[in-house]
Amino acid sequence: MYETTYHRPASIDEAAALFAKHPEAKYLAGGHTLIPVMKQRLAAPSDVIDLAKIKEMIGIEATSDALIIKAATTYYDITQSAAAKKAIPAIVYLTSVLGDPAVRYRGTIGGSIANNDPAADYPAAVLALGATIKTNTREIKGDDFFQGLFSTALEDNEIITSVSFPIPAKAGYAKMRHPASRFALTGVFVAQTKSGEVRVAATGASQNGVMRVPAIEAALKANWSAGALDGVKISADGLMSDIHGSAEYRANLIKVMAQRAVEAAG
Amino acid sequence: MGVEGIGARVARKEDKRFITGRGRYVDDVKIVGLTHAHFIRSPHAHAKVKGIDASAAKDMPGVVDVLTAQQLVDDKIGNLICGWAVSSKDGSPMKMGAWPAMAPDTVRFVGQAVAVVIAETKNQAKDAAEAVVVEYEELPAVSSMTAALASGAPQLHPEAPGNVVYDWSIGDEKLTKDAFSKAANIVSLDLTNNRLVPNAMEPRAAVAEYDEAEEHFTLHTTSQNPHVARLVLSAFYNVAQEHKLRVIAPDVGGGFGSKIFIYPEEMVALWASKKVRRPVKWTGDRTEAFLTDAHGRDHISHAEMAFDTNNKILGLRVKTHANFGAYMSLFSSSVPTYLYATLLSGQYNIPTIYAEVMGVYTNTTPVDAYRGAGRPEASYLVERLMETSARQLKVDPAELRRINFVTQFPHQTPVIMAYDIGDFGASLDAALKAIDYAGFPARKAKAKAAGKLRGLGFSCYIEACGIAPSKAVGSLGAGVGLWESAEVRVNPVGTIEVLTGSHSHGQGHETTFAQLVAGRLGISVDQVQIVHGDTDKVQFGMGTYGSRSAAVGMSAIFKAMEKVEAKAKKIAAHLLEASEGDIVIENGEFKVTGTDKAIALPMVALAAYTAHNLPDGMEPGLKEGAFYDPTNFTFPAGAYICEVEIDPGTGKVDIVDFVAVDDFGRLINPMIVEGQVHGGLAQGIGQALLEGAVYDDNGQPVTASFMDYAMPRADDVPSFRVSHTTTLCPGNPLGVKGCGEAGAIGSSPAVINAITDALGHNRIEMPATPGRVWEALQLQQAAE
Repeated sequence: MYETTYHRPASIDEAAALFAKHPEAKYLAGGHTLIPVMKQRLAAPSDVIDLAKIKEMIGIEATSDALIIKAATTYYDITQSAAAKKAIPAIVYLTSVLGDPAVRYRGTIGGSIANNDPAADYPAAVLALGATIKTNTREIKGDDFFQGLFSTALEDNEIITSVSFPIPAKAGYAKMRHPASRFALTGVFVAQTKSGEVRVAATGASQNGVMRVPAIEAALKANWSAGALDGVKISADGLMSDIHGSAEYRANLIKVMAQRAVEAAG
Repeated sequence: MGVEGIGARVARKEDKRFITGRGRYVDDVKIVGLTHAHFIRSPHAHAKVKGIDASAAKDMPGVVDVLTAQQLVDDKIGNLICGWAVSSKDGSPMKMGAWPAMAPDTVRFVGQAVAVVIAETKNQAKDAAEAVVVEYEELPAVSSMTAALASGAPQLHPEAPGNVVYDWSIGDEKLTKDAFSKAANIVSLDLTNNRLVPNAMEPRAAVAEYDEAEEHFTLHTTSQNPHVARLVLSAFYNVAQEHKLRVIAPDVGGGFGSKIFIYPEEMVALWASKKVRRPVKWTGDRTEAFLTDAHGRDHISHAEMAFDTNNKILGLRVKTHANFGAYMSLFSSSVPTYLYATLLSGQYNIPTIYAEVMGVYTNTTPVDAYRGAGRPEASYLVERLMETSARQLKVDPAELRRINFVTQFPHQTPVIMAYDIGDFGASLDAALKAIDYAGFPARKAKAKAAGKLRGLGFSCYIEACGIAPSKAVGSLGAGVGLWESAEVRVNPVGTIEVLTGSHSHGQGHETTFAQLVAGRLGISVDQVQIVHGDTDKVQFGMGTYGSRSAAVGMSAIFKAMEKVEAKAKKIAAHLLEASEGDIVIENGEFKVTGTDKAIALPMVALAAYTAHNLPDGMEPGLKEGAFYDPTNFTFPAGAYICEVEIDPGTGKVDIVDFVAVDDFGRLINPMIVEGQVHGGLAQGIGQALLEGAVYDDNGQPVTASFMDYAMPRADDVPSFRVSHTTTLCPGNPLGVKGCGEAGAIGSSPAVINAITDALGHNRIEMPATPGRVWEALQLQQAAE
């Protein structure tokens, strides 16, 4: 690791001010991506600004319409939240199969979404539920947020402060774990909004990161059941292919995981 | 007191320090003036090194020196050796290319070192390494054996035309051909034994110190055999003289074979400590472990088995290609030959066998012994072939094995090994009962109703441990003897130190070896200390690998104990004014049998050291040494049955049951034995389902981190059901066979056989990842 200066701001404003002062700085959340990359000397931020200890960025609340998770809330805290369990149990389930216990004690929802790893779990939930990403400067619709591999609508200095998930009528998540990394080899989040819209998002499958799956959405809109997907064909075009799974295998997983997610959603 | 002797489940003495973080590993060694080494490694699989410019790096903060490959050459440091000479069929010796510890002119695998930076801190060494400019001229690389053997393929070493190290054979070609010509049925199979990365928890490390006044070196290193390291470093690498080199292998966090070998980094650290006149530390990181620890397995084989009309085996024919990587590692040559093909008879009466093995160079990390070393490859081949044969011949797989089992002992196989004892039917019977074989069809039907594919697979493995009779291995080309040494020192107060040439790096020797001594004397294991891993303390010994430490290492202790007891009895008889023949040892006392006269061990020991009242002519002291050279290999064997369920939607394989019945002879500590079996099974299951080192066509490793190389986790393996049958090994005084590798040797074929049973066809290779199993299911559906 190259030498760096570590900062632990107490507020969002202080964090943003520090970033403005140090143009080569990086924000640090759970650190599961940034720290290993720094250890490998592949990243060399002059300053590391730790967001994970900012109190105003931690917490979970639910209204009648939305589940709001502040960005520095850890996965573990999400799995333990009664409010989250009641509002959107599929989010709690997704979190419970994310990484391993050590990862869940440290990782944060904001860090995961900001990093936009193409095989991360949360982007699927954000996209399928039509969540809104709130930052220190604005609100960004989930549909506009993810822009390809490790790329988002965030400006360099922008901090995600919370994520607001509309409470759906039904939602479910199913994931095939990558045998080595335990990221999603393919994960699918299905949701039916209170207004009857069906939104389905897949992660880990596409070469461009998280994506909606219109063929599955259409079939589920007509008939919300796992069986409704039996005849659906998912194209392997544009899907990832590597030693852990061919594009055809991932295409199959999109369908199978969608079916299981529907079953989980009830 | 008997509860702490052989057969007792004594809690491991060493675990207190391990589980409280008090273990002392090489990286924990701190010496005043310590410097840190960081190696500059080739990013190319094959390239010429045109030049190294370290001038800028040498001026960087904290840099002590930058040493290059040419300086090793200038100092006449020897190349790495391969310690087992294997000849080709035509009698020609194996064709070995030179392997310098750092490459002066050509690099042949990604990660090969070309230079080393020595600096005050590791971070400064890394900073400076980035300032060293190495100019490479890339050469075409071969990353697979197929590519290496193709005509016109890039050549790795001028010494090895066609990239072939040797073309070796064993057995009788003509007899085997005749047997096949009489066959009623011939079953054939092509299979790949995937390349594995050992991944010991502790990466390799070295701390080297040179004492200028004494011209003496000390090397702390992660070794399974510190004396062998000292011998090789002095006799072949010309770094230090043997009597001026102390090698210490302190606590070592796992080896699995990968820490047998004396690698470039340890050797360079030792050399550098004299060069820079400062102690030098190198601790590898996980990436370096992936790139430079010797890998395991990597075979491609074609096998054929001939049967008569009664389904009795007539013969076996095998052709194997073994990937050695870019260089011949220390014992690499023996692994796919004498440790592999000699086990191809399995548990079966096979009248004739002919096996050919071609060793091949590729631009990949060198391959050498890894848990099982050749024997897993043999059991995988034989047991896959037996299962395939059973299906093709439409015989129950248990029955096919049973009708071909060796039942008379000793049994001379057609491939050197002479099995001394065993009861293969007993292990199979116990395994069938444990798994409820009769209930399997009902379980399969139930799984089918739930949308799952259930399969059951057998593996009746045999392996050779207790490595090895020195004369026998010498005649086969080994450069060393494979005996073991021990010294038993009874202190004047009656406590005991045992100095052993074995080395414990997870096996629990500090407990099991103490159990042997404690049990014989009727004292507590706490009265016995096991000393190992330091060439200044312990007499020359051969180290730990090949499940040899109970059968060979403990037998040496046994012999030394007999001598100690004989002398102690003489002293006791003298003090008790009794006849030596009437003295028995019980509960820590020397008693005159049939009387109440007794003297405690500490009093006998004290008498030995005060020497005030010893029998006439007896030397003072109570300390005896012994060397034990085995008369034969030992043959652990067993029956494993694996039951799997496949999720056809995802191809994921769940191991729903795994039964392991092993015959290890006498068990010293059943708890430790079970732990060894559990670990071995996890590694074998890892090979079958998860692990596999992959290179792209340019020789770049694709799986060089845990993000891509899947190690088995707790939830990837089932709760194992482990039990034992016992035939005592007649070849050593303890009746033990060895248990360290069996799990890894026997389990992979059981898992794959279960998967092929569930799939209904044979087209699946290890690792049977969900993606591959799903593809195999599509093949089947396409066929239907």
